[in-house]
Amino acid sequence: MAHHEMPFWKKYIFSTDHKVIGLQYGITATFFLLFGFFLMILMRWQLAYPGAEIPLIGKALTETGAMTPELYNALGAMHGTIMIFLGVVPMGVGAFGNYLVPLQVGACDMAFPKLNMMSYWVYFVGGVIMMASFLMPGGAAASGWTSYPPLSVISNNAQTVWLISMVFLITSSLLGSVNTIVTAIQLKAKGQNFMRWPIHVWAQVTTAFLLLLAFPPLEAAAVLQLADRVFGSSFFLPSGLVVSGEKWAAAGGGNPLLWQHLFWFLAHPEVYVLILPAVGVVCEIVTANARKPLYGYKTMVYSILFLGFMSFIVWAHHMFMTGMGVTLSSFFQATTMIISIPSVIILTTILLTLWGASIRFSVPMLFATAFLPMFAIGGLTGLPLGLTASDIHLHDTYYVIGHFHYVVAPGTLFALMGGVYYWYPKFSGRKMNETLGKIHFWTSFVAINFVFMPMFFMGSKGVSRRMYDQTVYTHGAATQSWNVVMSTAAFVLLFAQIPFIYNMFTAWKTGKKVENDNPWDATTLEWAASSPPPHENFPTPVEVYRDPYSYSPTTGKVLPQFAPQEG
Amino acid sequence: MKEKLAKAWHDVFEGVGFDYGLPIDISTHGSAIDSLIGTLHYFMALLFIGWGIYLVYCLIKFRERPGHKADISPKNYSIPKYLEIGIVIFEACLLVFFSYPVWAKLKTDFPDRASSLVVRITAEQFAWNIHYPGRDGKFGKTNIDLIDGTNPVGLDREDPDAKDDIVSINQFNVPVGKPVIVELGAKDVIHGFFLPTARVKHDAIPGMVFPLWFETKETGEFQIACAQLCGVGHYRMVGYFNVKTQEEFDNWLLEEEKALTEGE
Repeated sequence: MAHHEMPFWKKYIFSTDHKVIGLQYGITATFFLLFGFFLMILMRWQLAYPGAEIPLIGKALTETGAMTPELYNALGAMHGTIMIFLGVVPMGVGAFGNYLVPLQVGACDMAFPKLNMMSYWVYFVGGVIMMASFLMPGGAAASGWTSYPPLSVISNNAQTVWLISMVFLITSSLLGSVNTIVTAIQLKAKGQNFMRWPIHVWAQVTTAFLLLLAFPPLEAAAVLQLADRVFGSSFFLPSGLVVSGEKWAAAGGGNPLLWQHLFWFLAHPEVYVLILPAVGVVCEIVTANARKPLYGYKTMVYSILFLGFMSFIVWAHHMFMTGMGVTLSSFFQATTMIISIPSVIILTTILLTLWGASIRFSVPMLFATAFLPMFAIGGLTGLPLGLTASDIHLHDTYYVIGHFHYVVAPGTLFALMGGVYYWYPKFSGRKMNETLGKIHFWTSFVAINFVFMPMFFMGSKGVSRRMYDQTVYTHGAATQSWNVVMSTAAFVLLFAQIPFIYNMFTAWKTGKKVENDNPWDATTLEWAASSPPPHENFPTPVEVYRDPYSYSPTTGKVLPQFAPQEG
Repeated sequence: MKEKLAKAWHDVFEGVGFDYGLPIDISTHGSAIDSLIGTLHYFMALLFIGWGIYLVYCLIKFRERPGHKADISPKNYSIPKYLEIGIVIFEACLLVFFSYPVWAKLKTDFPDRASSLVVRITAEQFAWNIHYPGRDGKFGKTNIDLIDGTNPVGLDREDPDAKDDIVSINQFNVPVGKPVIVELGAKDVIHGFFLPTARVKHDAIPGMVFPLWFETKETGEFQIACAQLCGVGHYRMVGYFNVKTQEEFDNWLLEEEKALTEGE
């Protein structure tokens, strides 16, 4: 077979192997996650000690060495953009989806391996362009990750670079999502049918549909905004704009709200793009470590599908304060309350899986367990934001920041970190160090709650988001000390990632070798391949014999999907 | 740098700057919002603590240990179904009895213009222009060609209706106990008009004018905050929201009128 003689660059750089591409996505996304976190550390320094010189690197950033409002806004926009589009989605969908979906359905590779390679490299180029925008005169894009016009249209040139980068990133996601859908549906192994898919596959396929259907409107919107900036059109610019006392030279006649509708039509499903892969990962970890089948497999599947569908008709709850009338807001409030139902069912189903279990507290299980209450806080705090009356006070305050960070950081990212510990033996044939893993988990778990919990206190006082220095306001000054606590916890959280990164890189060569290909004694199909799997995964075609989470009714022992019979 | 750090930590150890909970509410509609926020948080706490106790119990009771085996028999519990139905009913009640009425009242049940104070607020980077119609109750014509440093809203002083119009920057004075109707707009980018103490928030979007209303029940000096990122000065876009007695408010109007005539 030809792949044995493949040169290094073809095997590891421009590879078409879904596993190599998955790892490429994982490593690149890890870099971006750390970089996005580092941007926030700079902002957190400013928030805790407004105007104080930034230690060590301050002089390299600004003339005085202290944060400027321009830099703060740029860092804020880039933190959001990098974390979402270059960090969490490529990690959840790019890395986990790519590596695991073909293995879990029993396929040799993705349906379109070259498209897969292209998807990664388009993402890579988008990432490079986004990073390059820091070098633009005047700094990086500074209109928030939401890029609301007219601010984004009248702002500095880095916004143009931001938009070009977004076009690349969206294109990459579209290529990836088509591939995932076709692979999961068309390349199922013999005996593998829809109702035998592991939950992770269901989650990834639903996510792929969300990306496929929701991203094109944003891509179109990004092109329109690009036209507004570069060609002087006015899709999002109304007539009669006066900027700094001067009439803005554009025809006008457009509407800034049009952008918001197009943006949130993507960006709300995007929230579920962030969550669903994490839910899938948690289900796999919990069932394997609870040593019993998942409670209510079908309920879970239908909840995920319903959640995916509903995520398309809640977007305007981000826009309650933009002059929305009674009829429209009633509709979007109702859909927002309805979408909480499948979310509660998903959480309840995982919790009920723990009843009567024999829980093995491995490091991945610690992260998966912590996901449950953290995701619950994130989800519950969405309720007051989803009702217009309570949203009047809480909209655009730190309460919102606390809400979605609980969903994405100690929620999704904890789940994905658990996933790294869980599937590391699959990637490498070795386990990550348990002690370092436990240190990583406990310090992160404590620190992250001190970062995000005070946001609810500040937000309910009315502190607006995206502020360089909140002490300008009386209610900001009255809550300022929370910032000192939060920033300190954020610094601790940064250091808490050192054992994880160290562990991840050193275990590749020095980690404890796994005794067999299925070290967690799990039931799903990816463990039928050797660890790490060879090129094309399964030397002989695998066959699937039963449901994804089966245990023998007589002995109680695990019954993997791929085992022909008990024993 | 050292002094700033020392001050920040001094406050932390003194326990200063750790406020939490809702700010005071001086509006007539605010208590409905506050009680919704309160009810929701009791409900959230109840669910979270319930789930939490269950989770911790499971983690202890069903931990892996010698002699303990997982129960793998298929289960179908009915409690979660009742819980789910309960949550649905509760959320439906919140929608129908709390949120819908408050929103409908704020959006459709406007006070009579004749007996209210009507003002136009035009946001810009990074200030709030407050335009009062003056004694005649009529706003003068505005024209963006007239906008300059001394005329932030482009008021056409030639227009008879504009003669007594008062434009103040960042000073939003209202009389207590009288409904206020705000016609909210923006000149350049989107801003967020936010009165934390009056439970008022609305985006100010260029090219559009949104009416909103509120009524105060206490006097005092408060702030207008900007809720929506509007550029480098977003953080310092503070306005002053002064709720005066009717008498104080009338005196202020008189003074402003006097300043207008003297200026001519």
